[in-house]
Amino acid sequence: MQHKLSVRHLLGIKDLQKEDIELIFSTADNFKEVINRPIKKVPSLRDVTIANLFFENSTRTRLSFELAERRLSADVVNFAASSSSVSKGETLIDTVNNILAMKVDIVVMRHPHPGSALFLSRHVNAQIVNAGDGAHEHPTQALLDAFSIREKFGRVEGIKVAIVGDILHSRVALSNIFCLQKLGAEVMVCGPTTLMPKYISSLGVKVEHDLRRALEWCDVANMLRIQLERQEIHYFPSLREYIMLYGVSGKLLQSLGKPVTIMHPGPINRGVEITSDVADSAQSIILDQVENGVAIRMAVLYLLAGQVQ
Amino acid sequence: MQKRLVLSSQRFEITIKRLCYQLIENHNDFSESALLGLQPRGIYVARRIQHELKSILKNENILCGDLDITFFRDDYRRREMVIPSTTQVDFIIENKKVILVDDVLFTGRTIRAGMDALTAFGRPEKVELLALVDRRYSRHLPIEPDYIGIAVDTIASEKVIVDWKEIDGEDSIWLITPGKEHAA
Repeated sequence: MQHKLSVRHLLGIKDLQKEDIELIFSTADNFKEVINRPIKKVPSLRDVTIANLFFENSTRTRLSFELAERRLSADVVNFAASSSSVSKGETLIDTVNNILAMKVDIVVMRHPHPGSALFLSRHVNAQIVNAGDGAHEHPTQALLDAFSIREKFGRVEGIKVAIVGDILHSRVALSNIFCLQKLGAEVMVCGPTTLMPKYISSLGVKVEHDLRRALEWCDVANMLRIQLERQEIHYFPSLREYIMLYGVSGKLLQSLGKPVTIMHPGPINRGVEITSDVADSAQSIILDQVENGVAIRMAVLYLLAGQVQ
Repeated sequence: MQKRLVLSSQRFEITIKRLCYQLIENHNDFSESALLGLQPRGIYVARRIQHELKSILKNENILCGDLDITFFRDDYRRREMVIPSTTQVDFIIENKKVILVDDVLFTGRTIRAGMDALTAFGRPEKVELLALVDRRYSRHLPIEPDYIGIAVDTIASEKVIVDWKEIDGEDSIWLITPGKEHAA
């Protein structure tokens, strides 16, 4: 197995080789054991400083990154756009260069604009981890999703995964498609035509508009959140109609006559994408995903930091 | 390159047995003690000693775990990355007498990392060190073993290799000296 990543930044899954993903997974296996110890901390990154720049709201991802960083003993600085000079008109490069002048090694950034992580990686002298750039990519989410599938089934290759919901606005969907395909899974996307990007079939995924048919086909259903904050116009007549056509209920799952594992990147709109009985059922691995998120982010930061110097 | 046999398979067995009796002198029936082999090669020493202790003491409950120290190394970001191995400690370390076990003791840096890694699992009552091979006079840190299989005098460019029946076909210890095939 290779010893280091082929990339200097983690901008998207598209840039990764299959071997990179396997290296991240095997390293995450070790970190998963570490975070289940009585003392969940290792000193690997004690000479590394990481800045978390969040130009967009986030609870889970920011907390997960911060925990991962602290458990690797890195020094952490946090930055939220709402309380910063961005609101005074400072540009992204200026903001980041000012932060880097304080000797920061790695920048973890979430930004509303697609491509912002790539842009930053070309203009500043630090390693960049993309924590979500607009509707483009969210690589660590895709890695933890595939890692959770691997944990549940023992492999990713050959597993049938349906990604259901708002594909158009979802960086999780795009990163998941790249990641699952690189690992040999079969991918289907399912949602209303208005929430399906035009180019989607060119990615080599199956497209389905009927939820029941998608669930009958798949082993795993990854239920995406309806991103009302990214929808300036109405893509479906009413939320009630969406729920009736694309919401997964316990009754629907039971009627399939086979087990389907339910995933969700969070935050859940209970009663919209999935009902509460599905979210809390034994078929749901939503909380495993959250736990794996810390291990995956530790692995990514550990492997990237090892390349400095 | 020269390869010299330091310990043959027959003497290897005697050495392991002697180490076991030395351990028993200090740890009685092992009810309050545990062996921890350091990854990647120390685990074979620990398992062999565990196996031997079981038959000497007629006791199946000899605790033995594997400890990986990759994340506790002091040379991370200063040299090529090392792939971590698994850590498996299926018992409580708190208040146990722990014996760290490694195959070759050289600079002592691995042991320092091992002591750090160990404390992530609790506070042992006492920590001891067993090294199958002690490369004398080569320490970078003030660390000395409590139990020594065999002591060898080497120079830094030389290497000590421990072969195991389980993975290499034979138990033996070799000293490798780099250099030309035909010395002038």
